[in-house]
Amino acid sequence: MTDTVRKRPRLAVFKFASCDGCQLSLLDCEDELLAVADAVQIAYFPEASSRMEPGPYDVTLVEGSITTPHDAHRIQEVRRISRTIVTIGACATAGGIQSLKNWANHEDYLRCVYARPEFISTLATSTPIADHIKVDFELRGCPVNRHQLLEVLGALVNGRRPRLPSHSVCLDCKRKGTVCVEVAQGIPCLGPVTHSGCGAICPSYDRGCYGCFGPAAQCNCESLTNQYLDSGTNIETLLPLLRNFNAAAPEFREASNRLEETAQERGNKR
Amino acid sequence: MQSPLFLARVQLDHLIRTLAEDGYQVVGPTVDQEAIVYDEISSAADLPVGWTDIQEPGKYRLQRRDDEAYFGYVVGPHSWKKYLFPPVTLVASADRTAAGWQLSTPETEPPRYAFLGVRACELAAIRIQDRVFLEGPFIDPTYQRRRAAAFVVAVNCTQAAATCFCTSMNTGPRCTAEFDLALTEIADGFLLEVGSNAGQGIAARLGTQRATAEQLEQGCAARQQAVDQIRKQMDTTGIRDLLMNNLRDPQWEEVAKRCLSCTNCTLVCPTCFCSSVAEVPDMTGDHVDRERRWDSCFNIDFSYMNGSPARNSIQSRYRQWMTHKLATWQDQFGSSGCVGCGRCITWCPVGIDLTEEVAAMRKSVETMANSSTVVSPGQEERES
Repeated sequence: MTDTVRKRPRLAVFKFASCDGCQLSLLDCEDELLAVADAVQIAYFPEASSRMEPGPYDVTLVEGSITTPHDAHRIQEVRRISRTIVTIGACATAGGIQSLKNWANHEDYLRCVYARPEFISTLATSTPIADHIKVDFELRGCPVNRHQLLEVLGALVNGRRPRLPSHSVCLDCKRKGTVCVEVAQGIPCLGPVTHSGCGAICPSYDRGCYGCFGPAAQCNCESLTNQYLDSGTNIETLLPLLRNFNAAAPEFREASNRLEETAQERGNKR
Repeated sequence: MQSPLFLARVQLDHLIRTLAEDGYQVVGPTVDQEAIVYDEISSAADLPVGWTDIQEPGKYRLQRRDDEAYFGYVVGPHSWKKYLFPPVTLVASADRTAAGWQLSTPETEPPRYAFLGVRACELAAIRIQDRVFLEGPFIDPTYQRRRAAAFVVAVNCTQAAATCFCTSMNTGPRCTAEFDLALTEIADGFLLEVGSNAGQGIAARLGTQRATAEQLEQGCAARQQAVDQIRKQMDTTGIRDLLMNNLRDPQWEEVAKRCLSCTNCTLVCPTCFCSSVAEVPDMTGDHVDRERRWDSCFNIDFSYMNGSPARNSIQSRYRQWMTHKLATWQDQFGSSGCVGCGRCITWCPVGIDLTEEVAAMRKSVETMANSSTVVSPGQEERES
């Protein structure tokens, strides 16, 4: 705007159980980084700056899932000092790859990994942020797409609704002219049940979609997995495809549990 | 239309070069991503020489032929709509200035395409999109300019896929009109038919001969082979009322159990024309692009109105697609929206077959009528 000076919202970035990849996506916005710094005041972003200002914050980006009692408490504090909370990435929105422990005994893991497990305080599960606090906006992906991240920040700064479609990856493949890898090559692909956002990268490199952006709106996982099983894909391939970065997203979780039941039934028949 | 000419096999390259010399960007079939797609081509060597496609519901495979035919395949995942109605179009831009918003419309020359290898069902699809984009109260300028500039080289099918049903829709396999040139591939070359003055202008510059009786015979036999190979049928008798009078039939629930609502069928369909228009601002909010993108009735966001989606279930979205394509399209545009190309069948990841769904609906309606079950209004499907 040329005639008035806008008040820049104060931005904070908090990390929970995660790999940092999503917040790095923000630093990865090389061409747009100056515009971002112009539009928001970066008040708390330890990965980017050692200058850490106290809250409250206008916009808080939260990366990572809740896996420890300490984090379960800390996220409440983050909510208290944040006006708008946007969770970023598969860990924050679905529990991440670490939610595989939801299917296991976490104490077994502790004993395997740590020499002195008694010093480790951890929860039995990895859960998304929205299971613990009210979240204003969720941004999917492993990692998030930086264009989508900029879209959300731009929308919040300018007081408009972010444009983030919830359709399947297939629509993006078709707009790009990418030929369906499942139909033309028989590669099991999660695209038909996966949320748009990545720009349909994998199928354009002859790979099936890994479901990094989690379930699309009203996805029909049962029909897709039935189709793959009937056309010869084995459960050993399909189960890890669903139990991945978004394993604990409800639609994928139910689909993978159902597959496991199918595997047991088939095993019993043998 | 004058009697067909004969174009020798080696002269096909000459046709492509002549079109290019006249300033056309030649687009045609080529092998890419394990399929025969439409893309820019510069010589006959770019064509899928010696390749064919094997299709069935939910499955497409390339296969080598035992000859070196140029057009020995059927139709692939792409259709010509990607050139006439592009997937993403910049409609307008706006910039915020001291004097207010300044709007601008991109002023670019439309590309002049020569489409090589347009099948009869695809000619029918282009005719249908002409009615949608050019013959209603609102004319689409992007489509209009691209369509007016396009040169069409049709190709008669000499074989059919298991998913083809153009004979049920009266759209093929013979190309009868609406082309500039039409080819029928025979042993040593092509029969060449001229369909317009522009086509005549190009044909006159190719080294053609008058086709012999034997060559004409070969052409007839080749085209008949396509007709004979078509196995799939769709019974369109009373199809509008069949669908529109049975919007609560339990068969809709059955198909919704299989449908992924993934949008594939609509985007491979050569007649589906839905798009959405969105304003795309930059970070400052001072520059906004207005973009039109392909969209789909299977996208839950597409029916979003007044705070919620109007079609909030897979069942309601499948029903919207099928009833529009086969029934209300007739009310809206005076024809079916289906040309029988079979793309929606092949490219559905779970192999839902439109022709079988029509048959299943007929059967379900009959069963319901015989069982004399009355569906009370209280049992009606709730959409949201």
